[in-house]
Amino acid sequence: MYQHILLAVDGSENAVRAAKEAVKIASNDSLIEMVYVADFDKAKKEMLHAGSTESLLLERKRKVVPVEEVLRAADKHFKLTILHGTPGPEIVKYANENKVDIVVIGSRGLNGLQEMVLGSVSHKVMKRVQCPALIVK
Amino acid sequence: MQSLKQQWFGNVRGDILAGIVVALALIPEAIAFSIIAGVDPMVGLYASFSIAVIIAFVGGRPGMISAATGAMALVIVDLVADYGLQYLLAATILTGVIQMLFGVFGIAKLMRFIPNAVMIGFVNALAILIFMAQVPHFLGEGTLTYIFIAITLVIVYVVPRYFKAIPAPLIAIVLLTTVAIMMNLEMKTIGDLGAITQSLPSFFIPGVPFNFETLSIIFPYALALALVGLMESLMTAQIVDDMTDTKSNKNMEARAQGIANIVNGFFGGMAGCAMIGQSMINVKSGGRGRLSTLIAGVFLMFLILVLGNVVIDIPMPVLVGIMIMVSIGTFDWGSFKYIVKAPKSDVFVMLATVAVVVYTDNLAIGVVLGVILSSLFFVASISKVRVHQDNGTFIVEGPLFFASTQNFVKTIEEAKTNSVTIDLSSSHLWDESAVGAVVKVVTKLEGQGKTVQVIGMNPASEKLYKQLLGISSAH
Repeated sequence: MYQHILLAVDGSENAVRAAKEAVKIASNDSLIEMVYVADFDKAKKEMLHAGSTESLLLERKRKVVPVEEVLRAADKHFKLTILHGTPGPEIVKYANENKVDIVVIGSRGLNGLQEMVLGSVSHKVMKRVQCPALIVK
Repeated sequence: MQSLKQQWFGNVRGDILAGIVVALALIPEAIAFSIIAGVDPMVGLYASFSIAVIIAFVGGRPGMISAATGAMALVIVDLVADYGLQYLLAATILTGVIQMLFGVFGIAKLMRFIPNAVMIGFVNALAILIFMAQVPHFLGEGTLTYIFIAITLVIVYVVPRYFKAIPAPLIAIVLLTTVAIMMNLEMKTIGDLGAITQSLPSFFIPGVPFNFETLSIIFPYALALALVGLMESLMTAQIVDDMTDTKSNKNMEARAQGIANIVNGFFGGMAGCAMIGQSMINVKSGGRGRLSTLIAGVFLMFLILVLGNVVIDIPMPVLVGIMIMVSIGTFDWGSFKYIVKAPKSDVFVMLATVAVVVYTDNLAIGVVLGVILSSLFFVASISKVRVHQDNGTFIVEGPLFFASTQNFVKTIEEAKTNSVTIDLSSSHLWDESAVGAVVKVVTKLEGQGKTVQVIGMNPASEKLYKQLLGISSAH
């Protein structure tokens, strides 16, 4: 069984579906670590609209809540880690450094247009992590 | 915060590389902002060098980049046009003094009074003004100018997709300047708008008469500069805090901005502040510590000393293209969604801030009016007090203060029953007007022969009530 599952979360519908799959492969004593990456490119916009660091934290927590509910309903161990950087590379770095057992990630995040141009975060993650990756459609 | 050694040498490799990237990205901006302000490019370049180097040592937010900025340049346009460079330098020094005082008196706390509607309005107005400042440089300048602007924009937006090591604006400059020189193209260059001197800045006292008249000329500008500079610096510090997930000392940063501007003014630089765009470039390029800011300043000066005679050949349209990019990057594109989704009063404050700035050409006036407007809306929104009546018991919901007592008095005065209870457990008495209003209705109802009971006052309200009525709280 996978002991340490990294679940990438970005506030999208796909992340919730990924969470449901993560639950299926987790045993009762596995840890599901939800990783949310605060994107460098959105730092200015997010700070401007949140107004304070407190409301920014609230805003990010709110994005994770639907996923958290799935994990709580399934009665799994979980925790939330917020990273800062560029989502793809940051998830890869964290997964490799912390030697997680598997990465679970939704196939398409929030920004469809950008992905058409740049390729998806999930694709980059799958190519570069040193552990199995589960891409959820 | 980390130890000083950590702040300087905790990330040497990343800081040096990022500092170099920032220096390269800073040069075109420092020159363009000088041109906006109407001074020689050296004034912005000296400012960027001095401010970056000083902030590296005394700043409260390691990894943040401060230099000559568009926001500050826009404030000083009229001062330079009417009175010239020497008055600008004097105003820069006074700006520093005001900022230091703000820092000493804890201005960081006051920044919380600037709501995000005003902040969003500020960046949007800034973007619009930077763009508008470019218009005279391309309107009616011929087809070649438009072509060069277009090519610049294509380079700065497309190249970073594939190649990130060198800032794209610099690639555009090198490439297009070479093309312009090789093909002998007839276009306005930076040299046409000002001189570049290949020397280090030196200390001198601004040549202005030291009298009250000078002070009355520069003070309004200095105050506006101090406000705009601190606002942008503290906003940038918050963004860098978030990106690096570390804390910063906002009051220390306010003092540092002051120190930097004082020294900068004596060395012939225009007033500056922190830059959101450049600080983000620094962090993204791996810069985290004080060393990155120092390298950015020093390397910028080094490049000017070495390449100064090439800089004057840069065609103006390339610089205009880069400034259009800066303007697009400064604008908050989330504003359109904000206009639809945010509360109407917030949207109004944001748009009013933009309108006032664009109309007056003064960022400081827009911010001050925006803050006043939003405080009025805030007062109006919390001054809605509801009073529920239930058989002689009046339940008051909402804070009682000078703006909210009217409805409270009116409703309770119309009580019909002989025995009246005023329940304040969901309310709070904030000031004299609130206590006065309670006293007023009680007196009036008692005058009509009714029995009145006030219940549920919270301890703070009760204390104020007794204090204002002169009742000793010891009883």
